[in-house]
Amino acid sequence: MNDLLNQIRLVGDWLTSSQQWHGDDGIPHRLAEHLTYSGLSLLFATLIGLAFGLLVGHTGRGAFAVASVANLARAIPTFGLVVLVVTLAGLSTTPVLVALVALAVPPILINTFEGVRGVDPDARDAAKGMGMTGWEVLLKVEVPMALPLILLGLRVAAIQVVATATVAAYPGLGGLGRFIVDGLSRNDYELVIGGSAVVVALALVVQAVFTALRRAIVSPGLRPAATKS
Amino acid sequence: MRDGEPLIRWVWIGDHVGELAHYTGVHLRLGLLPVLFGLIISVPLGILCHRWRWIYPPTLTAANVLYSVPSLALFMIFVRYTGLTERTVMIPLTLYTLSVLIPNVVDGLASVPDPVRQAATAMGFSTVRRVIQVELPIAVPVVVAGVRVAAVSSISLVAVGQLIGQGGLGYYIIRGLQLDFPTPIITATVLIMLLALVTDALLVLAQRLLTPWARGKGAKA
Amino acid sequence: MIRFDAVSKNYPNGTTAVDGLSLELAEGGITVLVGPSGCGKTTTLRMVNRMVEPTAGTVSLRGQDIREVAAPELRRGIGYVIQHAGLFPHRTILDNVATVPLLLGWGKKKARARAAELLELVGLPATMAKRYPYQLSGGQQQRVGVARALGADPPVLLMDEPFSAVDPIVRGELQAEFLRLQKELHKTIVFVTHDIDEAIKLGDNIAVFRTGGKLAQFDTPERLLAHPADDFVADFVGQDRGIRRLSFVQAAGLPLREGPALPVTASVAEARALDEPWVLVVDDARRPLGWAEAAGLADAGTLADIPLAPLGHTFSLVGDSARAALDAALLSPSRLAVGVDAQGAVAGVADAYELSAAIAGTGGSLGAAPEAAGVAGVAETAEAAGPQLVKGAADPADAEDAEDADGSGSNTGKTGGGDR
Repeated sequence: MNDLLNQIRLVGDWLTSSQQWHGDDGIPHRLAEHLTYSGLSLLFATLIGLAFGLLVGHTGRGAFAVASVANLARAIPTFGLVVLVVTLAGLSTTPVLVALVALAVPPILINTFEGVRGVDPDARDAAKGMGMTGWEVLLKVEVPMALPLILLGLRVAAIQVVATATVAAYPGLGGLGRFIVDGLSRNDYELVIGGSAVVVALALVVQAVFTALRRAIVSPGLRPAATKS
Repeated sequence: MRDGEPLIRWVWIGDHVGELAHYTGVHLRLGLLPVLFGLIISVPLGILCHRWRWIYPPTLTAANVLYSVPSLALFMIFVRYTGLTERTVMIPLTLYTLSVLIPNVVDGLASVPDPVRQAATAMGFSTVRRVIQVELPIAVPVVVAGVRVAAVSSISLVAVGQLIGQGGLGYYIIRGLQLDFPTPIITATVLIMLLALVTDALLVLAQRLLTPWARGKGAKA
Repeated sequence: MIRFDAVSKNYPNGTTAVDGLSLELAEGGITVLVGPSGCGKTTTLRMVNRMVEPTAGTVSLRGQDIREVAAPELRRGIGYVIQHAGLFPHRTILDNVATVPLLLGWGKKKARARAAELLELVGLPATMAKRYPYQLSGGQQQRVGVARALGADPPVLLMDEPFSAVDPIVRGELQAEFLRLQKELHKTIVFVTHDIDEAIKLGDNIAVFRTGGKLAQFDTPERLLAHPADDFVADFVGQDRGIRRLSFVQAAGLPLREGPALPVTASVAEARALDEPWVLVVDDARRPLGWAEAAGLADAGTLADIPLAPLGHTFSLVGDSARAALDAALLSPSRLAVGVDAQGAVAGVADAYELSAAIAGTGGSLGAAPEAAGVAGVAETAEAAGPQLVKGAADPADAEDAEDADGSGSNTGKTGGGDR
C-alpha cells in the first residue's frame, strides 16, 4: 500500500515538475506527436476499412477474402512489424504510419462487414420491399443497425494504434512511448512510471470517447441486443 | 539497413536452429499460459455475470479499460512489483484476455437454448451440475471462439515483453534492430505469425473433437 | 388489378418456384395464396413488387407491366408486410411507420402526423409511438408492420404470412382486426399463408398452390370446400371441410318451426298441455330465457318459479352461419337450436336433423342475399360465372347449385313452420 502511494507520489512529482511541460521532451509535444500518429493512421484505416467493410457486407461478395485477411492480420506481431519497417525503410514517420494503418484496418473491416452482414434479413427485406434504393438500404438501415459493431471495430483499432504507437518509440520514433523507453535506458524509474501514467491516461480517454460516442450515435433501440463493448 | 545487406540470410537461420527452437518454446509459454489463466478467471466470472446480469456491465467495462492500456505501460507498472521476470509479462497478458474471454463465456451460456436448460432442471439436475454438465459444454463453441482471439493476440503481444528482457522470440526483433540486421527480425516476426496461426488451427481442431454436435455451425469470434 | 400472364420462376439450380401461372386478381378484395411449403406462393407474392423477377411471363398492375416502373418507385406504392414484421430496431415505432412517407419526401412533420394516425387505426395507443420495437410484443410488432405498410395509403397490400409467428389467441385478434380494417379501407390484398383455416377465414378468393409452383385451384372459399378440384386440394382443405363449409351458409335461410315456446308468465299447466319434453321459456319481448324440462315441472304456479336449464347458445338470423345454428342444436339441452332475430327475439327452433336436411337439400345455397359488388377473380380453374362474393355478405350464386335460391326462407322476421 505504501509502495502504491509512493508510486503515485512519484508520478505526481514528475507530472508537476515544470520541465515536463515545455520543449521537445515535454508532455504536450510528445502527446501531440502521439495523437498525430494515432489520429492520422486511424483516419486512413477508417476510410479503407469502412469502405470495404460496407461494400462486402452490403453485396455479400468477397466475404471469405475479408475473413481470411482479418484472421491473418490479427496474427501479425505489431512490435515486429514496426521494428522491421524502421530497419528496412529507415527512421521516418511515413513507413511507420503505413504499418499502423495496416494494423488498424482489419478490426474495422471485419467488424463493419460482420455488422452489415448481421443485419436482420427481415429488416433488409422490409426496407427493400418498401421501396428503398440500394443506397437507402445501406445508409438508413444497414449502417445504423451495424453501428454498435462498427464502433467496436473502431475502438479496437484505436486501442491497438495507441498501444503500437507507444512501442514505436523503441526504434526511435517520438510520441509518449519515448518517456518509457528513455527512462528504461537511463534507469530513470520516475520517467518510466510518469510516462506510463500519461499513456494510461490517454488510453482511458480513448475508451471514454468511444463510450460517449456510442451513447450519442447508437439508437437506444439497439442497446439491449448489443451488450458487447 | 546496410547497403548490400539481403533481406534474409538463410545461413543465419541455419546457424541458429537450436536457439530459435528454445526461444519459440519460451514464446509459447509466455503467450499461452496467460490464456489458460485468463480462462480460469473468466469461466467462473462469466457464470456469475450470466446468473446475476447486473454484475456484467461493470465487469466488462473494467476488462475493457484494462485492455485499452498499452502493454508497454502495463509492463512498466508491474516491473516495480514483480521485477524483470516472466510474471511481469504474463500478468498483463492475462488481464488482456479477459476483455475477450468474459463476454464470450457469457454469450456462450446465453446461447444455451432455454428448453434445454428447463429440461435439465426438470430432470433433476442441481444448478451446479446443470451448469457444468449441460450449459458449459453447449457454450464451448462460443468460448473457444474467444480463446482463439485471445491466444492469437497474446502470442503476438509477447514480443513487446523483450523491452523488459522477457519477450520470447521478441529477443531477435531487438537484436536485429541493434545490429541493423533484418534477418532475425523477419525470422522472428514470421515465426510468431506461424505460432499464432498454428495455435488457431489447433484450437479449431480441438473444438471439433470436443463438440462433435456443433460441427458445421461455425461459431463467430 | 393484378394480373399474372404465364408467369414462371426458375432458378439456376434447376428448381421451379412458379410454373406457368395465369391469374387475375380483382380490385378491392383479399386473395389468399395458400399451399404447402415450397409451392411458390411467397415467390408469387414477391413478384408483384419485383422482390423477385419472373424468368418468363409478365405481371401487370392496373394494366401496366410492372417492369416499366423502377422497382423502388413501384414498391413505394405497394404495402408490404412480412412474417416477423421486419421492423427497424433502431427507429421508434412512429418513425418505423413514417418510413414510406419519408421516402416519398413528405417532410418529417407530415409523415409523423400520418404515422400517428395509422397507429390509431391499427389499434395501438399513442404512448407506443416513442418506443422501440424490442419493447413491443410480437402481436404489437405485427400491428406496427401493418401500419407501416399502409404508410402512403397504397391501393395494394402484399402480406407474407403476417400472422403466423404469433400465438393462436393473438392471431385470432389480429385476423379479426384485419378484417375490420379491410372493411374500412377496401385495399386489394394478396395474402400468403400455409394455414388453410386462415385462408378460409380471411380470403374472398383462395388460390391453392401445389408443390412445384402450379396453381391447383382458384375459387371462393365455399366453392373450394364444396368442390375441390382434385384429390390434392380435397386433401389440403382437410377432412372436416363439410362442417367448415357451413360457415358460408347464411343462417337466415334455414327453415325454422315455432317450437314449444311459452312466456315466463304462462302457467305450469299450459306447459304440460304442450306435451313436449322441453319447453322454451321466453320473456315478454320473446327473448329466450332458458329451457324448462317437462319432467321436472312443479304441480302448480307459473314458469317463473321453476329452475331453467341454460340455453347453450342461440344463433342469430342476421349474421350467423349455418355452422353456428348446427352447433347451437348440438349444445342445446333440448337438442333444439334457437334462432333469434335482430332484436334478440325467438324466431323459431330447429333440430340437427332438420338443419342438416335443409343444408343438404340446397347444396349450401340457402338464403340468397342480394349479391354484393365484390371481387371477381378469374382463373383457369374458375367456372364461367367466376367466384363472386364478399365475405359474410353473400353466398355463392353459382348456377348449378342455386335451384333453391328463390329467397323462400330469407325473410329475417319470424319464420313459421318449416318444410316438415
